[in-house]
Amino acid sequence: MKTIGIIDTGIGNLGSLSGALEGLGFDPLLLKDASMIDDCENLILPGVGAFAHSILALDASGFRQPLLDYAKAGRPLLGICLGMQILFSEGDEGGSSAGLGLIPGRIRHLSQDNGFPLPHIGWNTVNFTQKHEILCGIKSDIDFYFVHSYCAECEDSHVLATTEYSETFPSIVFHSSVIGAQFHPEKSQRSGLKLLENFCWWNGTC
Amino acid sequence: MLKRRIIPVELLLNDRLVKTVAFGKHRDVGDPLKSSQVYYNQDADELILLNIGRNQRSPRDTANHLRNIAKKCFMPITVGGGITSIEDASMLFNAGADKVVINSAGYDQKSLLEQITERYGSQALVVSIDVRNTGNSPTLFSDCGRCPKAVSLTDHIKQVIDCGAGEIFLNAIDRDGIMGGYDLDLLDKARKACRVPLIICGGAGHYLHMREAFNAGAAAVACGSLFNFGDNNPLRAKAFLKNYNIPLKRT
Repeated sequence: MKTIGIIDTGIGNLGSLSGALEGLGFDPLLLKDASMIDDCENLILPGVGAFAHSILALDASGFRQPLLDYAKAGRPLLGICLGMQILFSEGDEGGSSAGLGLIPGRIRHLSQDNGFPLPHIGWNTVNFTQKHEILCGIKSDIDFYFVHSYCAECEDSHVLATTEYSETFPSIVFHSSVIGAQFHPEKSQRSGLKLLENFCWWNGTC
Repeated sequence: MLKRRIIPVELLLNDRLVKTVAFGKHRDVGDPLKSSQVYYNQDADELILLNIGRNQRSPRDTANHLRNIAKKCFMPITVGGGITSIEDASMLFNAGADKVVINSAGYDQKSLLEQITERYGSQALVVSIDVRNTGNSPTLFSDCGRCPKAVSLTDHIKQVIDCGAGEIFLNAIDRDGIMGGYDLDLLDKARKACRVPLIICGGAGHYLHMREAFNAGAAAVACGSLFNFGDNNPLRAKAFLKNYNIPLKRT
């Protein structure tokens, strides 16, 4: 059985995520510091809160460099929601701040035109734009559960799926062995679990 | 496109789920974890879990059940009942709640609404409003339908939204458990005052009632009796509503 690590910087509840992985037959390792990163074959970076704060929390627990080393070695990393956002180079939330820079692009506020209420919260359609191993067995046009006000802006080559709300934004992104999902797979029932399972069995090659 | 939602409501009383009529006459309807798992497998879009114990009601008991539910049901879970402090709310978020429901504290403890939205965001705060139709105008009640309030429905909605409420959960007390249809007049009154998503509850007895409420502008329909009594479930509701072009979640 593969070792799946979940980065735990103490913000937010990881019960659903670890419960989902247990339900899939894995025994996830909650990482409070970076000492065990090398023992993990796949790593998940969850996140709640604001961009700047989250990066600070990651720095405070000494995760930044080990995480960069891990990803640069081509090992699989999945960022969820804010965890996806901090994979990018730069974010606007809570003042402009640098992210991990593992995916080229930036995080900015969703368009506030057209009178769409923000945050964008609820079930919305995810349209695949490229094929990828972690999307195997999931239909395009399926709904996933979103809660966010900020979104990614990056080259199309890094986009695996898009979603429409006040604008069309990337809902799954990737760069070599690093994947990011703007929605919450651990709250998205059957298809969410399938995505998590695919990621857990993925070895990071495209 | 954002989807409309179908939400089973689970009422927790002394470690069991019950179903009420007009907020009284409790009937046992099962175990909290097992019922939640059934709804999860029947493709419900969200769960609302409310502790309705009137004596010694403690969010700690709710949290204990919630922790087990959140480990098995990978869907948004909205939780409330007796929350009087930010510590209560935090305990529920830490146990797996995605949103908390505030009712009584929404009248005389508005600072709590602000504290919750400041720490967790307005998407995490649902304000529940219980209404009884007395005469021509709706009267609002706090404390599980026991204490009448002087404030009008539209004023109260405006006030709680100003304090950060991200959603309104509107419950018609006289329709509760009657299964004769949602209070569409009440829904219409509330919707005109409400710029956040509105969840209507109380009275669903047929999938057609859900259709009426969606057409009248509800973002979500919540129900208890419909799914508890009779061979009805969220999957069947969706199969029915799909014929009326209502945008619903696909998994």
